[in-house]
Amino acid sequence: MIDIQGAALMEAVPRRLDPAVEVDELRKEFRRSDGKRRRGERRMRVALDSVSFTMEKGETVAILGQNGSGKSTLVRLLSTLLLPDGGTARILGHDVVTDGRAVRHLVNRVSVEASFFKRMSAAENLGYAARYYGMTSKETRDKIPAILERVGFPSDRRDEPMQNLSRGMQQKVALARALLTSPVVLLLDEPTTGLDPRSKLEVQEFIREIRTTHDSTILLCTHDLAEAETLAERIGILDRGRLLALEPVEDLKRRYGAKTLEEAFFAATGREFEAEGDEDDDREVFA
Amino acid sequence: MKALGTTLRAELVGAGGVVERNFYLTKRYIWWDLAWFFWTVANTLTIVFIAQGIEATGGDIDVNTVATSLLIGAVVWAYLGVLFEFLMETVAWERWEGTIEYTFMAPLSRAMHLAGQGVFAISYGLLRAVFLFTACFLFFDLSTPDANFLAAFIVLAIASISFIGIGVMTSVLPLISPEKGTQLGFVAQGTLLVVSGVYYPVEVLPTWMQWIAKFSPATYALEGAREAILDGAPLSAMWDEIWPLLIIGAVSIPLGLWVFSRGELYAKKHGKLKRSG
Repeated sequence: MIDIQGAALMEAVPRRLDPAVEVDELRKEFRRSDGKRRRGERRMRVALDSVSFTMEKGETVAILGQNGSGKSTLVRLLSTLLLPDGGTARILGHDVVTDGRAVRHLVNRVSVEASFFKRMSAAENLGYAARYYGMTSKETRDKIPAILERVGFPSDRRDEPMQNLSRGMQQKVALARALLTSPVVLLLDEPTTGLDPRSKLEVQEFIREIRTTHDSTILLCTHDLAEAETLAERIGILDRGRLLALEPVEDLKRRYGAKTLEEAFFAATGREFEAEGDEDDDREVFA
Repeated sequence: MKALGTTLRAELVGAGGVVERNFYLTKRYIWWDLAWFFWTVANTLTIVFIAQGIEATGGDIDVNTVATSLLIGAVVWAYLGVLFEFLMETVAWERWEGTIEYTFMAPLSRAMHLAGQGVFAISYGLLRAVFLFTACFLFFDLSTPDANFLAAFIVLAIASISFIGIGVMTSVLPLISPEKGTQLGFVAQGTLLVVSGVYYPVEVLPTWMQWIAKFSPATYALEGAREAILDGAPLSAMWDEIWPLLIIGAVSIPLGLWVFSRGELYAKKHGKLKRSG
C-alpha cells in the first residue's frame, strides 16, 4: 500500500478522482547536430508529438515502441528530468512542471541501465537514496534487508560492491530502490533489456507481484512484445513520437485485423519491429 | 507549522544522505585517498623546500617565516582544491556513475543537496588540511611560538562559506556542458590560484590582477591564516579579513544557488541531465 514518508509528503497527497497519470498533447523536441549542415547548425527533431493518454490508479500500461520512438523521453518527462515544449503531464493531479516537487514524491523509476555507485554495496546505495526521500536510517534499518529479500537478492551479498554483481542482480536492486520509496506511480523503462532469460523471468515475475500486492500504477516502456502482452492491461504503440493506439491487447489485434501483437504493431506503424538509432543520440549531451 | 517542520526534517535527512553517500565513497576509495594525500604531502614539501633553496643559493631571507608562509599557502590551496573538486564533481561524478537522473528526480531540494555536498567537502577538507599542515610542520621543524591556530582554523572555516558559493557556481558548468564544463571549472580554479597570493604577496601582482584578488575569498583566507599563525593575531584583530569573507559568502551562496537552478532548467530543457558513463 502507499506508505508516504511523513508529512513532508503532504504536498504530494493524491487528489481525489484525479487519474494516476494524465498526459495531454505532450510534446518534446531536441536540437540535433546534422552532418550535412554547416558546423554549429542544428535542426529540430520531434521526440514526442502531441501525446495524450490517461492511466487510472493501479493500472499497468505498456508503451511499445522501437528504439528512438520516444519511450524514454516520455518516462523522463514524467519523472521531471525533462521540460516539455508543449502540452501538460500530471501525476495524481500534480503538474510535472509547476508542481515538480510533489511529483517527485509520488514517482520512482527503473531504467534499462543499472545506475548505481558501483564501488558501493547494494545496502549503501539503497541507504543514501532513501535519505533523499526523507527516510531516516532508523526507518530503513529493517526495511532495506526486507525489500532486498523480497526481490530475491541474497542476504550474504548485501555488502558486496555493486560492480561484482551480475546485471540481473543489479536490476533487482534497482527494483528494490524504486519500491523502497513506495511510489504511487512506477515508471519502468525497459527494465529487462539485456538481461539473461532467467533474470528476465525473475524481474517480470516480480513486476507481476508488485501489481497484485502493491498499490502502484505502472507505466512499462518496452520493446519486448511478449513482456508487454503478459504484464499490461493496456498496450500503447508509440512510433516516431506519436502514440498511435492505446488499448487492451485483444482490441489492438481486432483493430488492425492481426493475429499477434507483432502483426498489430506492423500494421499500425507500417514497419518491422527492429532496432534503429537510440533516441538519446539526438540530444546534445556531449556538446 | 508542523508540516513545515517535517519538511525541514526531511530536507535535513536528505542532506545527511549526501554526506552519507560521500562517506561510503571515501571509505570504498580509501587507498586512492591515501595515495592522493601522499602526493599532496610530497607536493607541499617541494614548495616549502623553496625557502631553504633560496637561502642555499645566497638569498637573505628568514627561512622559518618564508617556509611557514609557503606552507600556509600550500595547505590552504590544497583545501580549496578539495572543496572545488567535491562541488565540481557534484554533477560530473554522478553523470559518470549513472546516478544523476535518480538524484535529480528525488524530492530533495537542490539547496540541501548542495549543502550536503558542501558540508562533507568542508569536513573532509579541513581534516585533511590539519593532517597536511601537521605533517609538513613537523618535517621542517618550523617554529611559530606566537601562533594562534584556533583563529586560523576559524578564518578558514568562515572562508569555506564563500568557497562553497563559488564552487556551486562552477559546479553548474558540467551540467550545461559535460566536457567543457569541467574544463571551465579548472580555469576558474586556476584564476583563483594566480590572483589570491597563495605563495607570494598580492602586492607583487599587476594592478589589474590585484583588483581581481579583492573578489577572491582565498586572498582574505590566506592573509588571515598568515596573520594568525605567523603573528599570533587574535580573531578580533582580523576583522579586515573577516568582513569581506562574510560579504562574499552572503553574495556567492544565493548567487551560486540561482546560477545552479538556471543551469538545471537549461539541462532539463535540452535533455542534458543524463548519464555519460
